[in-house]
This record gives sequence, structure tokens and C-alpha cells, in this order.
Amino acid sequence: MDLKYLFKPSTMAVVGVSTSQDNHPANVIYNKNHLRYSVKTFPVNPKGGILNRETLYPSVGHIQEDIDMAVIAVRAEYVPKVVEQCIKKGVKGAVIVSGGFAEAGNLKLQQRLVDMAKEASFPFVGPNCLGIYAPDHVDTFFLPGERIISPDKGNVGFVSQSGGVLVDQMVKFAGQGIGISLAVSIGNKACIKETDMLDWFDQDLETKVIAFYIEGFEKGEGRKFIERAEHCSKPVVVFKAGKSKKGIEAVSSHTASLAGDYRVFSEIMKQYCVAEADSEYELTSFCEALSCYPKGIKGNVGIISLSGGHGVIAADACELYGISIPEIEKETMNTIMDKLSPEIRNIVSLANPLDLTGSSVDSDIVTSARHLSRDTNIDCILALLIPYSPGVSADIGAKLSQVARNEGKPMIAYVPNEDKYKIIIEGFELNNIPVASSVEGAVMMAKALMRCRPC
Amino acid sequence: MLKKDSKKILEKSKSLGWVLEPDAKALMKLQGLDIPDFILTNSFEAADLFLKACDGPVVAKAVSKKILHKTEHNAVVTGIFSSDHLKIEMARLQKLDGCENILVEKMVKGLEIIIGAKNDFQFGPVIVFGIGGTSVEIYNDTAIRMAPIKPGDVFSMKESLKARQIITGYRGKAGVNMEILTHLMVNFSNLIMELENDIESVDLNPVICTKDRCVIADARIILNCNEGC
Repeated sequence: MDLKYLFKPSTMAVVGVSTSQDNHPANVIYNKNHLRYSVKTFPVNPKGGILNRETLYPSVGHIQEDIDMAVIAVRAEYVPKVVEQCIKKGVKGAVIVSGGFAEAGNLKLQQRLVDMAKEASFPFVGPNCLGIYAPDHVDTFFLPGERIISPDKGNVGFVSQSGGVLVDQMVKFAGQGIGISLAVSIGNKACIKETDMLDWFDQDLETKVIAFYIEGFEKGEGRKFIERAEHCSKPVVVFKAGKSKKGIEAVSSHTASLAGDYRVFSEIMKQYCVAEADSEYELTSFCEALSCYPKGIKGNVGIISLSGGHGVIAADACELYGISIPEIEKETMNTIMDKLSPEIRNIVSLANPLDLTGSSVDSDIVTSARHLSRDTNIDCILALLIPYSPGVSADIGAKLSQVARNEGKPMIAYVPNEDKYKIIIEGFELNNIPVASSVEGAVMMAKALMRCRPC
Repeated sequence: MLKKDSKKILEKSKSLGWVLEPDAKALMKLQGLDIPDFILTNSFEAADLFLKACDGPVVAKAVSKKILHKTEHNAVVTGIFSSDHLKIEMARLQKLDGCENILVEKMVKGLEIIIGAKNDFQFGPVIVFGIGGTSVEIYNDTAIRMAPIKPGDVFSMKESLKARQIITGYRGKAGVNMEILTHLMVNFSNLIMELENDIESVDLNPVICTKDRCVIADARIILNCNEGC
């Protein structure tokens, strides 16, 4: 199955557009794509009619142009007929938004779709899903644009079994300045499953990290997923729901899916170096860190802070996550000491975590980062930058980024996420250095690199 | 390929839904795994001769199709040194529900670990490893890997246990022979891959480990009943 036309369509039909209900999912989808996206969109309704001075096509077959992809948002019982028409027309894939299939107990109806699709090599996403969102290109989410916060174009590919979680996660990504290449809500995953998405993103040049929200795999599907992930050239992040007993009940009534034994899941992810995020916050941090550093680390961090307290908070978080803060070489300390501003030499502490104090200036921070990076005991630098002290300039982000790129060791920064400090944050992020908005967030990013180390 | 004798064992156990301990151990032995010297008998005289030849204590267990969990039924007696003790316990065990035979084994001492397998719905065969004995559920200090496992997985499983120091040896106590343990676990995982369609779960608990040996002291195989047991 070629998924290119499904995920990067030039032309799209939206089936089910209503002439009477403005809030009908198909109307929302048609309107936003027609008005705001580059994909050429055609409205379809079997009854025909006119909407906003445009004529509705009675079927996809009536559209003159070739159609790459169809969004199907009609009642479940009509879906097979629409799929049949799409196949006949030569449409190359579909997003089936409609609910009322396996999740509602209608397994046979869903199986009919699967059989039709298989026979015609016609890939589809769903049913019972939000579909796909590719920034600046196509958006099949039936949520009005003004209601959601969408991330910019970026390099995270995100797949979710739950549409609600997907949208919520996108808001979190946007808040942290993480961009996505493509987000897919796979719903009942009758045809396109996690494994297919892994294959797609593995070869997709726009994607650097692949993230999944998973409730449960079908029989044997977990093994297939792992076999693909093992040979995937990009870091894979998973966030699993349905860990607790209560969670499991919620899952079985949500998407018709069986939640498996969580420990088995978690241990196998570890075995194959798939980075499992423990919470939605971690999922965000993991995606940001791994989109900058796909390689992974053993987990020996060197911490630079401008206040003793921040160093201690970071050290506590490191211990919690099993990240070590090794002692640094005497020679490293001496080299740094020689190059520090004379005013701070008597007040700094150069044992890891390094406390450069609030009296330090840019050059002190840069020097410390440079020589800490050269220490063989350290494989990752955490730069905890509190921009309150007068010696820290607006250029510190860009300056430290240069150090990280020159030395070739991953650097993770903490800068408070405030508009005032945007120039520092961008100094890092535009140079591909991840920035966390909390000390713990920065440590989580180091954890991501550790969980994804080569096995 | 599964050996002919192994297939026979599985075939004859199907109606029961699980494999009796002597048969389960025979299956492990066919795979080249270490089990204790034993005698399967109902004769006290034969058992007594075995005890005398053993030069050390024996364990006696009731073999019954009605007893899946032996500890709960008092169907295991460890540390039998004397003929008198053996006689009394054999007589008691023979009266247990459905007892067909008595399995008398040479008792091995060492660290008790559990090596298990489960046919997981999502991931297929997985291997479990941890501190064994009758309280495994209480400590739940185990590691899980997808089968088949590689020697490196055995090392990482051991490293991930809270009790890893007990396995490597501490306070002057000798640890477990990791080479033999690794061989056992990799070999076991290969067997599990062969049995994928037949089994639901397997417990080797305890496997008794010393610096020289890893011996399967008890084995339980629950068959996959979807295919009709």
C-alpha cells in the first residue's frame, strides 16, 4: 500500500457535507481545508445541493479531477458504499471519520471495510478517528480551527489511538515550540496500524522522531511493532495508557481494544530501546530532546547552574530517574578555574553540579560548558540558565549552542518559558538545542536520551 | 525442531490442560537442561535404595492430575534424610487426592530463582526471570524480555533486579554461575519459541543455582486450551 497520496494529498474529497448542519464534521473539515490549506478540496453529498454558493457533488465519481484522498464522514451503514465508489473512482486512500464500528460492537461492518480495502489495496485511516493533520497542508480534524492550538511544521511524527489525546498533545507541543511533520489519529486502526505508521515515518524525510500514544495492541501486533522499531533508523517514543486496573476498564469501553499486561509492554520497550514516556509531560520532553539528538547517551550528565539550589534540584531529579552525575576530572576543574573571571574564582563550586553563582558572566558559562563537554566522564550537559542575573546576556543561548555544536556532546538547557527570555530560548532552539521550561523538564530530556541509547 | 519424544509428552498432556511435573522435567531434559537425579515410584523399597545411593537428603512429591499447585496441598516434602521419615511421608503423600506416583529427587541446595515464560496476547512468548520460591508474588522482583532472548538480555535482566547482588554474590557468599544460567535461559527461550502454539505459560520454579549448576527443581507447563484440551 502506498500511503503517499493519503498523507500528502494534492486533491481531497470530503464526503458527507451537509446543506443544513453547519457544525457537521464534514462541513468543518471541508471549510477549513477549502479556505486555509493548500490541498484542493471537493464537497460531496449524495443528495447534491448547494452550500455557501458552491455545488455539492453527488458522489466522488462526479468529480472531474483525480482525487488523492477522501474524507468519509457519513453514517456507518453508508460507509461501505462510499468506499466502493472511491475505489471505483481510483481514489488512493481515505480517512474514515465515522464512528459506529468495532467500538460500538459492529465488528462485521468494520471487517467488511477491511476486506474491501485489502482486495483493492486501498489504505484507510480509522474508522472512528480524527484522521490526519499535516501543518500548512491538510487537516481532517472535525474541530473548528479557532478552537484548537496547532503546532507549527516540525519534525515529530505523532500517532494516537485516541483523537482527544492527540489534540490535547498537539496543544502541549505547540506550547513548547515543538513542531510536527504529521499527526495521525488512527482510531479503531482497522487498516492502518501503528506498524504501518512506523514504516511510513521511518522513510519520511520530514520526520526525525516518531511518537505513539498507545492503549493496546491487537493479538501479536506488539511483536510486529517491536520488530519494526528495532530496525527503525529514528528514535521511537511511546506513551502507554491503560496501566492501572481502572485505566484498563476505561480503555475497553473507549476504543474497542484490549489493554495488555503493562509490565510486559514496558519491559519489552526497554529491551528494544523504545523510549517509554511515563507521563504526557515526559512525552513532550522526550519528543523535543530526541528530535535534536537521535543517538542516545549512557546517562552521565554534567550540570552547570548559576545557583546552588537549581543544581541540587536537578541532582535530585537525576537520582530519581537513574541518571548519574559523575565526578569530573581534576584537570577539567583546573582548566575551568584558570579561565573564570577573577571575581568569581573564590565563590564558585566546580564539583558536579557546577555552581557558577549569580555573579558569573557569559564567558564563564561558555568556558565551563566547553571544558565540561571535553571531560570523558560526561556524555551530556545540562545548562540551567536563570537569566535574572545581570552578567547573563541575551546572546547566551546562541553562544552556548555554538559550544554544543563544536564539542559534539548533547546539551539541554533550562530557561524559564517567559516572553521576556524568548531571545535566549530561540538562541538555543533555532540552533537545534532543546530547551525545557523547568529544571525537571531538562532532566526528563536527559532521561529520554538515556532510554533511547543504542542497545 | 521439537523432538519426537517432546511432541509425545505434549500430546498426552493435552486432555489434562497442563503437563505433570515428571513429564515437564523430561521435556526440559530433552532440551538439554539440568534436572535433579530422581526416581518415580510407588515402592518404598525402591525409594529407600535411591535415598541411600544419594548420599544426602531427598525431596518427595506427590504426582497427581488433581494437584496443580503442590505447596497448597502439602504435596512436597523437602529435607528427607532417613528411611523412617521417607516411609511416613510416602504413605501420607500416596493418600493425597489422585496421587499416582511419588517423585523422589536428590535435593539440591542453592539460590532459588524463577525462570518462566508466558504467551502474551500482544507480544507472543516472553521470558520472566527473578528471585524464586513460594513467595515470588510477594517480592515480585522480576525482569521480562521478549523471546527469543540473547545472552546480553540475561545480563541486563539480572542487572535490573533489586536482588542482583544476591545473584552475583555478596558478603563472601558465592554467586550464581552466570555462564550456566545464561546457557539455561537462552536454551529455555529457544524451547519456548518452539512451543509457542502449545503453551499458555511455564514456571520453572524454583531453579536452584550454585556456582557450579542451575538445576530445575520444579516445572509446570500450562497448555494453551484454545486449541482444545
